[in-house]
Amino acid sequence: MKIGAPKERARGEARVALTPESASHIQKLGHECLIEAGAGSAAGFDDAAYREAGVEVVESAEALWETADVVIKVREPSEEEADRLHEGQTLISFFWPAQNEEMLERCKARGATVIAMDMVPRISRAQKMDALSSTANIAGYRAVIEAGNQFGRFFTGQVTAAGKVPPAKVLIVGAGVAGLAAIGTATSLGAVVRAFDVRPEVAEQIESMGAEFLFLDFEDSEDGSESGGYAKPSSPEFREKQLALFREQAPEVDIVITTALIPGKPAPKLWLQDMVEAMRPGSVIVDLAAEKGGNCEATVPDERIVTDNGVIVVGYTDFPSRMATQASLLYATNVRHMLTDLTPEKDGTLVHDMEDDVIRGATATHQGEITFPPPPPKVKAIGAAKPKAKEKEPTAEEKKAAEHAAFVAQTKRQVTMLAVGGVLMWLLGLVAPASFMQHFIVFALSCFVGFQVIWNVSHSLHTPLMAVTNAISGIVILGALLQIGSGSWLVGLLAGISVLIASINIVGGFLVTRRMLAMFQKS
Amino acid sequence: MLGHEFVSAAAIAASVLFILSLGGLSNQEKAKRAVWYGIVGMAVAVVFTALGPNIGGYWWMLPMMLIGAVIGTYVARKVAMTEMPQLVAALHSFVGLAAVFIGFNADLERRRVLAAQIAERSTEGFSAFAALLAHKTPAELTFLQVEAVLGVFIGAVTFTGSVVAFGKLAGKVDGKPHKLPGGHALNAGAAILSLLLAIAYLNGAGFWTLLLIALLAFFIGYHLIMGIGGADMPVVVSMLNSYSGWAAAAIGFTLSNDLLIVTGALVGSSGAILSYIMCKAMNRNFVSVILGGFGGSKGPAAEIEGEMVATDVGGVASALNDADSVIIVPGYGMAVAQAQNAVSDLTRKLRAAGKEVRFGIHPVAGRLPGHMNVLLAEARVPYDIVMEMDEINDDFAETDVVIVIGSNDIVNPAAQEDPNSPIAGMPVLRVWESKQVFVCKRGQGTGYSGIENPLFFKENTRMLYGDARSSIDSLIPLID
Repeated sequence: MKIGAPKERARGEARVALTPESASHIQKLGHECLIEAGAGSAAGFDDAAYREAGVEVVESAEALWETADVVIKVREPSEEEADRLHEGQTLISFFWPAQNEEMLERCKARGATVIAMDMVPRISRAQKMDALSSTANIAGYRAVIEAGNQFGRFFTGQVTAAGKVPPAKVLIVGAGVAGLAAIGTATSLGAVVRAFDVRPEVAEQIESMGAEFLFLDFEDSEDGSESGGYAKPSSPEFREKQLALFREQAPEVDIVITTALIPGKPAPKLWLQDMVEAMRPGSVIVDLAAEKGGNCEATVPDERIVTDNGVIVVGYTDFPSRMATQASLLYATNVRHMLTDLTPEKDGTLVHDMEDDVIRGATATHQGEITFPPPPPKVKAIGAAKPKAKEKEPTAEEKKAAEHAAFVAQTKRQVTMLAVGGVLMWLLGLVAPASFMQHFIVFALSCFVGFQVIWNVSHSLHTPLMAVTNAISGIVILGALLQIGSGSWLVGLLAGISVLIASINIVGGFLVTRRMLAMFQKS
Repeated sequence: MLGHEFVSAAAIAASVLFILSLGGLSNQEKAKRAVWYGIVGMAVAVVFTALGPNIGGYWWMLPMMLIGAVIGTYVARKVAMTEMPQLVAALHSFVGLAAVFIGFNADLERRRVLAAQIAERSTEGFSAFAALLAHKTPAELTFLQVEAVLGVFIGAVTFTGSVVAFGKLAGKVDGKPHKLPGGHALNAGAAILSLLLAIAYLNGAGFWTLLLIALLAFFIGYHLIMGIGGADMPVVVSMLNSYSGWAAAAIGFTLSNDLLIVTGALVGSSGAILSYIMCKAMNRNFVSVILGGFGGSKGPAAEIEGEMVATDVGGVASALNDADSVIIVPGYGMAVAQAQNAVSDLTRKLRAAGKEVRFGIHPVAGRLPGHMNVLLAEARVPYDIVMEMDEINDDFAETDVVIVIGSNDIVNPAAQEDPNSPIAGMPVLRVWESKQVFVCKRGQGTGYSGIENPLFFKENTRMLYGDARSSIDSLIPLID
């Protein structure tokens, strides 16, 4: 099959769907690659580089659309391009079928198959073709760089000979892929980063990137896993709380990057005019949702404006295009993976398997029919997060009661043990002579002291403990000393041997303990 | 000659010093001072007792002490740290034997005193102990007999038990469990026979009963420890430690000496706590360890899937070079291969490269409580990077590379995952949670308990076969 990538016609679009690198991979699948002359130049790939990779460079767009069996593009097709489609041809590009019904009709009428890269379902297997994520990643990175470009101060705090520089405070609204990329970039530049998202389950991801999660205490926090990891519109009460939180942050933060998007809906307005006015002069707002109307009320799509109070609002919609080389490399790889899935035998023939979740989900028109919207994927996007059983915080009274119960139980146990011990002692006292009882009390107390003391011995010192107790148990020498003066030669001999071996114990035990302890040292 | 008041004061001072000495072992820095408390306490106790009233026999006592001190010094200087378990066992046996002799002596002296009293001879030429006996009432003398029997019995069990433990630890006796035909019935029989003899002895039978009791106890000690395998030695050694203390305490009762009682009780409880800690670390109860062997499994062990994948030194080196955090889990195999110095060199090199290196020590790693800590300390590994199991177990999940050197059962995931495993429920180091595990091992065999280790079959585990020391030595030059 012939895979062709035309030059992007949309204004300001610098990306290209085929790179020399992805071309070589696609050729391994048994396909031929075509490219329109000059298609990659804006992204830093000249025609010579493509030729070297074995790509045929086609002079005109018409010729390319005519010969290619599969057309791969970045942007959705223009009307002119859609009319060039022909029966049996496949188009792979961003398409936004939900917003482009008219275009969908047009493509269907031409009998072409359309695979929308933006409709690839969010399941693990399809991550490698998730062009939205790779695009969002770039946008998030670029948004921070853009903000840094506009912002008149350092990101990182410094103490210099010329005075102290406070770190920039960055607020990221929406912690999707773009938001997380922005958090990562901003933290690595040294800024103090806070982030907000309506989905509480992303708190962990936010914190793992090194930002502070702004927690919104709300009863029905929504669970994003149901909608494939995307956010849903929120209730008015929730929105009010959210806005109050932002209003509180506005005077403090230097840079705001908004990335909140709801699939298939205009971007929610989250950063209102009064918040913009509350910000300090020189602050920067980068609105990544500008293309869908913007999260900020002051945003003008495609433009950088300065408000009356000196706040810079950046509404560019072409962040990926501003990093065309990187964006093209990633997008071309996503497309290449899609082609790999479409060519299971690696023999250069396309198999459009409508049973496959990923291919089915991304297909917008096929064999003269509109196949959008797709049925829900068989594999759930994210294993439905089990609703966490909320651990009931015990109230102060319950805690007190529990503590009291434990205390009573402990007391009971101790009293019982003491009573049993006491009775045993009394029974023993009935038969044993008084002198024995005195010694026995000493013995019992010593055991008690021993237990109390030994529990505190450090685990790593157990071997020295054994050696030192070894040495100390050489105390039996006292017994032998008391007997050694006996007139009986047998007693004297046995006592003498005892003195000998007990001395070995004492001296050997202490010396070896000292030797061991001297070895323990701190780093 | 010092009076009784001196001796009593010395006894109190020595008791307090011994308690301080044990208490001081709570951390490494205090411990160095704590040993001095012990030494001073012992010196006070011995000197004041020796100079006490009616002691005598110095011509015989002093040379013996001197010879003992010389031997003790020699042994303490010469012993290698890997031989610590043997040394500890040997020292236990001495206490046991001394207790037996002193018990015998107590009975011999008692008979002499009684004979003298009946014949109304003068009590000159009596030892200090005999002089004490002369003042005792008949009831007290009966109790003294009970105490002597206990002292002899415990002492004798400690003696042969420690000798066998020494043999096993030193490799002079086969480490596998051995039992004579009849098994524990023999022990029980011997114990019952001892009890009968003790009753006979209390009712006035001759010295031979005491001698026979000692012989039976010798047998019990021998047979009991022969039936216990090598890896249970931490429990056995702590148990014998405890027994040596109880033996000393029993002798203290016999001699009516409070200092002996106090010290014996301290040592006894110390050993008992150590045994308890060791048993808990193996999730087995004390009785089942002492009776030997692992309990029968409750069902077929889970099938292990996968295969062991071997790697070479180069593979380990490249993983270590890429890693930021490394945990080393040593076991008895490290001591056998004498690899602690190589491991220490490796640690130094990795730390110099800015990597976080720590050690995870399971309570029963090695053959003695705290055995690994002492070996690593000898090899100059700083003690603040040597962690206990509970301190480090949660960190494995965030660790890049774990190197397991010569340990097996203490890193066996079956203990937690397979309820039918013989070691089910034993706390283990969760090394498999880390990103990559290398197991340094001599061959493909199973561990002490004879059970397969599913860790070796895990996807993130690679086996490095060969002698631990030469493996680590050849690894060091490859680290950059």
